[in-house]
Amino acid sequence: MSRNSGGGSLMTVLDSKIPDGPIADKWNNHKFSVKLVNPNNKRKFEVIVVGSGLAGASAAASLSELGYKVKVFTFHDSPRRAHSIAAQGGINGAKNYTNDGDSVHRLFYDTVKGGDYRSREANVHRLAEESVNIIDQAAAQGVPFAREYGGLLDNRSFGGAQVSRTFYARGQTGQQLLLGAYQALAKQVAAGSVELHTRTEMLDVVLKDGRACGIVTRNLVTGQVQSHSAHAVVLATGGYGNVYYLSTNAMACNVTAAWRAHKKGAFFANPCYTQIHPTCIPASDEFQSKLTLMSESLRNDGRIWVPDGFDDSRSPNEIPESERDYYLERKYPSFGNLVPRDVASRNAKTVVDQGKGVGPLKNGVFLDFQAAVERDGEDLVRSKYGNLFDMYERITGENPYKVPMRIYPATHYTMGGVWVDYNLMTSIPGCYAIGEANFSDHGANRLGASALMQGLADGYFVLPYTIGDDLAGRLGDAPISTNDPVFTQAEADVQGQTDRFLSTGGTRSVDWFHRELGHLVWDYIGMERTKEGLEKALSEIPALEEEFWKNVCVPGSGTNLNSSLEKAGRVADFFGLAKLMAKDALDREESCGGHFRAEHQTEDGEAQRDDENFAHVAAWEWNGPDSTQTRHKEELAFDNVALTQRSYK
Amino acid sequence: MSNELDLKLKIWRQEGPAVDGKFETYDANGISEDMSFLEMLDVVNDNLITTGEVPIEFDHDCREGICGTCSLMINGQAHGHEKATTTCQLHMRKFNDGETITVEPFRARAFPVVKDLVVDRSAFDRIIEAGGYISVNTGAASDANLTPVPKEASDTSFDAAACIGCGACVAACPNSAAQLFTSAKLGHLNLIPQGQAQRFARTENMVETMESFFGSCTNHGECHEACPKEISLDFIAFMNRDYVKAKVKNRKLAGQK
Repeated sequence: MSRNSGGGSLMTVLDSKIPDGPIADKWNNHKFSVKLVNPNNKRKFEVIVVGSGLAGASAAASLSELGYKVKVFTFHDSPRRAHSIAAQGGINGAKNYTNDGDSVHRLFYDTVKGGDYRSREANVHRLAEESVNIIDQAAAQGVPFAREYGGLLDNRSFGGAQVSRTFYARGQTGQQLLLGAYQALAKQVAAGSVELHTRTEMLDVVLKDGRACGIVTRNLVTGQVQSHSAHAVVLATGGYGNVYYLSTNAMACNVTAAWRAHKKGAFFANPCYTQIHPTCIPASDEFQSKLTLMSESLRNDGRIWVPDGFDDSRSPNEIPESERDYYLERKYPSFGNLVPRDVASRNAKTVVDQGKGVGPLKNGVFLDFQAAVERDGEDLVRSKYGNLFDMYERITGENPYKVPMRIYPATHYTMGGVWVDYNLMTSIPGCYAIGEANFSDHGANRLGASALMQGLADGYFVLPYTIGDDLAGRLGDAPISTNDPVFTQAEADVQGQTDRFLSTGGTRSVDWFHRELGHLVWDYIGMERTKEGLEKALSEIPALEEEFWKNVCVPGSGTNLNSSLEKAGRVADFFGLAKLMAKDALDREESCGGHFRAEHQTEDGEAQRDDENFAHVAAWEWNGPDSTQTRHKEELAFDNVALTQRSYK
Repeated sequence: MSNELDLKLKIWRQEGPAVDGKFETYDANGISEDMSFLEMLDVVNDNLITTGEVPIEFDHDCREGICGTCSLMINGQAHGHEKATTTCQLHMRKFNDGETITVEPFRARAFPVVKDLVVDRSAFDRIIEAGGYISVNTGAASDANLTPVPKEASDTSFDAAACIGCGACVAACPNSAAQLFTSAKLGHLNLIPQGQAQRFARTENMVETMESFFGSCTNHGECHEACPKEISLDFIAFMNRDYVKAKVKNRKLAGQK
């Protein structure tokens, strides 16, 4: 690949490698045209997989079943802890078991539209095609999807769709799918074909002659810094939602692996596309460490409303119907409470900003199940949502069967990520990114029940085919020795950063800096962005970053478990990412999906895209710590889905 | 605003697996009752860090009760005294102002202390690797609706599959036995049609791997009491029955092994 050669035609830098042919044939044709590695030769290739969530575990299991030698790294104590486990609602599959007119093409169409026309058509079509295989694979693994009395699989509808195509396992779909993938991985570990490294964090990607040749890790228990060599490196390290500090992500979710790959040459695409999930429990005080999601599936039966009046502090049951504003049903009669996430979130912000918020801090809206309880009875409601209602009560001390839930949007998912081509390879040859860590399938907004689908499609059914295309040409190449200077230099850099943190001797905890950074990112690069706010972010974030490096306090040692030290490295990378998010959001002079620029809205306050100038992916190239990144464009072609203003009215 | 609590904490501190540990006492004042137990520990740690002391290490991640990473014996009970609740979902409104709270790691020989309140639960992974899966390679599955699964079997299987692998069952057991964890995985896979082909080999291998790490079950039932997901003791009975069957069936002669 040609590097940026001094302001020439930048677009040539990005080759998405989208196959030719009609959309429905591209993936099939591609599978036929990619090079294959002979079954007996696969064992000669070593592949490193970083991360053990849905994407990582499914990829590692599938690659090792094919015969590749696989090493898996996770900073958790067990692969089963990865945050995929917390996904509640479901997974889409274009099975059309419900006979309501679903098809691969419809799922493709809904996903491109839901992504506000900022995703790659070819990738999305492939995702829709593989969705049906994922359901088969998971059911065969024993994933206990919900079933009808006849023993066949049950489906439900989900935000942004008018068919029922979502398979679910109570409110724990992510848990059950992850356990399926984890168990497939455990099977391969037991067979001796996967080497598993737990409590081990990847801290650098190593390149030799422009190609990924391995990684450097730090053992979190002993502090040992070590190199691992391989023919290919796969990053399955999730999203960067924790840049907001408060999010629905787990505490340890971070951007470090992706960011360090970015600093080694992987382009970072569309960082400003972040998803704010509409149904989370509002924060209760400043020590709040995370926000808890209430599954979007609750919007199937719950009705969202706020009081008509401002600062209404009556208890919700005392507010008569005539004084309630069911604002989503009013504004979007055909989709009602099931509008896509970005639309639901922004509308909640609008009413709360108007002073109609509810709860002690006036920072929520009601999600009311009274109608469902009256219509279906408490037992049926309990059978659908019992565990979610219990969780809500545990956290808030309120009983949602009697009193409406209070909800407010929170950061949940990041559509942006490491740029990859159709083969899921990053702009570093030999380095791949899969699952939430890459950018490719959800455009500017992800539809509900699509994250599990994408993670598993990448891991089970895409990467195992596409990785061979590159490896086939490398038969006979031995892995680079870990004594090579490229590895020893990377190890020294990693150790250097550890030593620097431990010797800074400042006065503020890492969490303090993370919280402050989170406030800035939420205020300026949150649900609504303005030129003025983004410029403020670009001056305030670097100032805080400078203080971080001077005044952070990391007690303890580098040779045993030290969570402050782990967090320090992650927060350092969030600073770099936050600046890039602001730049990306500032340059994208349009509104689309999760990126809402106040300057660009329709008369009704909906996102106003600018397809003429911004129907492209923005992929940023690192130019060293002292220069700004270069913005490259990958133009998006829409040959199969007509670009329209999204409407859910 | 919410009520605030002043608390005294007796917390187990231990540098590493090979070093003796001991209790240290800390004050936690002005704790909001809306905080979770782990957020209360965050506040204690923030104070320790800014006074130059080494913070208390504890395991945690999702903080919504599903990843199974958090642990802690709180006043002698795994995940504290609230039923069906993980430590991360335990809120301070369940404690009283002025209370002294004792916090220890999960204790079992198979769960060695890594540091402070963090223990190594990888023995659970070894049990799963011994057979806690259905062997279906990627791509080999038939259409999902070709195999109907009776709803009752599927629901009961799910009740077992809800296990989060936190290890509270082991920590609560006077024998440090892992029967509830192991039987939950066996209940998940052995109750459904997809799991039948490997049912008896799976049971034998997982039970015997479990016994190489953990103590024996003497039917106290403490595991179920402590379980944040309320996994039923019935699964242990089901596992024992399958284990006996696995032993008496001459599967070699039957051509099954």
